[in-house]
Amino acid sequence: MLITTTKGEMDDSLLEHKSGSVDNDVEYTTWDEYYLNGELVHRSAHVTLKKTPFTDLIGATLG
Amino acid sequence: MANTQSMCTSFLGELLSSTHNFSSANPAHTANTADTFKAALYVTTATMNASTTAYSATNEVSGTGYSAGGVTVTNATNPASTNSSTTAGVGYWTPSASIIYSSVTLSTAFDTMLLYNSSQSNKAVAVYTFGSQTITAGNFTLTMPSNTTTTALVRLSTT
Repeated sequence: MLITTTKGEMDDSLLEHKSGSVDNDVEYTTWDEYYLNGELVHRSAHVTLKKTPFTDLIGATLG
Repeated sequence: MANTQSMCTSFLGELLSSTHNFSSANPAHTANTADTFKAALYVTTATMNASTTAYSATNEVSGTGYSAGGVTVTNATNPASTNSSTTAGVGYWTPSASIIYSSVTLSTAFDTMLLYNSSQSNKAVAVYTFGSQTITAGNFTLTMPSNTTTTALVRLSTT
């Protein structure tokens, strides 16, 4: 598989791959990193938002 | 300095004056034309919070492949509302596709997305925070939550 890197497209067999994730109340995030001889040449991240701002409006009443 | 996830207070007042129009069915602005909403990214040292009133380039991320102002949000689903009781309900809206910054290099850590209305003088809607990220010759994708009364990206509730 070809990976877009800071040095152009490279076959992933030439690169060291690291990945990780975070899962908490706010987000589920994954990331992929590719290294060439120890140098980071690609990093992508994918964030799924879970907790978002929520606004309560108080309704007015008559009487 | 730090960012704080929050609904922008200015947005609440602007709703009452019909500044924002998420719906293509609402004739209050240009008939059957929704406003254009955009999503901009901010570095971790910015101060984005409920006091944010509009998009600003100050402390916005910069780097290869990223245009100031961010990207346009896909809006193919009109807002919806659901009663939760006879006296209360929830109005909600979520972009209809993930927000994607493609082929970018963002070397300065960022942790915030500002949703704003580019059709209405870039007025702010909401600030969303997440874990600090950098991107190197890659994509940054924000997948939207489900568009429901409890998880939608923008929710307004009466109690």
